[in-house]
Amino acid sequence: MKLFYHIGRYALFVRRLFSRPEKPSLYRAEVLREMNSIGIGSLGIVSIISVFIGAVITIQSAYNLTNPFIPIYAVAVITRDSIILEFSPTIICLVLAGKVGSSIASELGTMKVTEQIDALEIMGINSASYLVLPKIIAAVLIIPFVTMVSMFLGILGGWIGGTSSGVITSHDFVRGLLDSFVPFNITFALIKTITFAFAITSVSAYHGYYTSGGALEVGKTSTRAVVYSSTVILILDYLLTQLFLS
Amino acid sequence: MIELRNISKSFAGRQILDDVSVLFEKGKTNLVIGGSGSGKTVLMKCMVGLLEPDHGHIFYDRRDFSGMDLDERKPIRKEIGMVFQGGALFDSMTVEENVMFPLSMFTSMSIAEKRERVTFCLQRVSLNNVNNLSTSELSGGMKKRVAIARAIALNPRYLFCDEPNSGLDPQTAIVIDNLIREITEEFNITTVINTHDMNSVMELGYKVLFLYKGKKWWEGDAEGIFRTDNKDLNEFVFASKLLRGMKK
Ligand SMILES: Nc1ncnc2c1ncn2[C@@H]1O[C@H](COP(=O)(O)OP(=O)(O)OP(=O)(O)O)[C@@H](O)[C@H]1O
Ligand SMILES: [Mg+2]
Repeated sequence: MKLFYHIGRYALFVRRLFSRPEKPSLYRAEVLREMNSIGIGSLGIVSIISVFIGAVITIQSAYNLTNPFIPIYAVAVITRDSIILEFSPTIICLVLAGKVGSSIASELGTMKVTEQIDALEIMGINSASYLVLPKIIAAVLIIPFVTMVSMFLGILGGWIGGTSSGVITSHDFVRGLLDSFVPFNITFALIKTITFAFAITSVSAYHGYYTSGGALEVGKTSTRAVVYSSTVILILDYLLTQLFLS
Repeated sequence: MIELRNISKSFAGRQILDDVSVLFEKGKTNLVIGGSGSGKTVLMKCMVGLLEPDHGHIFYDRRDFSGMDLDERKPIRKEIGMVFQGGALFDSMTVEENVMFPLSMFTSMSIAEKRERVTFCLQRVSLNNVNNLSTSELSGGMKKRVAIARAIALNPRYLFCDEPNSGLDPQTAIVIDNLIREITEEFNITTVINTHDMNSVMELGYKVLFLYKGKKWWEGDAEGIFRTDNKDLNEFVFASKLLRGMKK
């Protein structure tokens, strides 16, 4: 029952977001600020994770490939496809759900409990739209870029890990990367990323916006935002994969 | 002029406001007094539309606010300034940006004009050279004053202050009271103030509404409070021995 209540209220919340902006120029400035904080602010952690996971995937695939009939460059094919299809869009978005989602939820939660959101409403401003829409637009624009960076660094990490540990030569790795490459996989990854970016920001913002109580509640809200947006990402991941790849 | 007709509000079956009707006049400071938890904040939030009353109507100069939807309310909302009990300053912004915010949102003033208006409003609340401070660098009283400056930035026709001087020293409290009265009279604003400070009642009590357990228990002016034989009002106002002595 509670779940249906939340889904209904979330739908109404999202509808409220898309109203005509009061002052488009103010929204634009906000979008740029948010793109910086969501995207550029996450590049550090995303880079570190991508390089290391890329290296680990390569070494592990080589370790598991003991069948002499499968050529060694298949390791690079596996690395490439796991990074492009699942790791960079999904795992990185789960990381961002933790980082970006909790900060959005606690920012809005604090604004709610200190009546800053009421202060906006009093002025006749659609607070949901003013506070949340720029974050969503920024995320949808910048997170795909972060994902692309992650794909590149993940594969680079795979190359470094594979060649430096000696499980695959540089020549074989590059050959594998180019072997039966499906460009649609990148498109699919970006479709997933855009969907996840919307989910992370809107679900976290929803939880932050409807915080009630005090500072204690703000902490709980941001935890809840991370849990819910991660769950939503996983469900969407499954649905989109079903839809496009099966 | 703001008129309330038969306002009732309950939360989860608990009656907070019970059939409150009152008329707040233009160019005057109208006070709502009552003990902690008597429903002053809830009444104010109903008036400005942050809460929806269960019953009753609210008229802003004969415009039926309670019958309007969000879009229809917008023009009235832009004529309202509100000072929240906790200040509600935007903490991601500096003092100047806070006061400038409504100007940026709703006017097409140039940056120089906005700066000038901000400085004027801040001077009006006796704040100088604080423009670039962040809100966390302000004392409680300064926050209240910035909140007032933000509320008057757009020259509101209706001003709502929820305990504008609670937590302030008596001297600063009187400065703020006087300020509110001056602005009200100067710009012919309909001002409603929640308070339980007796100094404010004496300073500003042109019209006083006494809320008791969510009901309108008494209505009159500051003078009348001294002459009333309403037992609950007497107990509320003359709680201290000193004041009881004064009354006698
Ligand atoms: N959103 C809400 N949900 C449920 N109950 C509420 C809500 N807001 C206020 N109340 C209840 O309404 C009653 C009146 O609260 P209100 O804040 O109006 O008091 P007040 O007169 O402003 O008190 P104070 O002088 O302490 O500010 C309180 O008992 C409070 O518990
Ligand atoms: Mg109150």
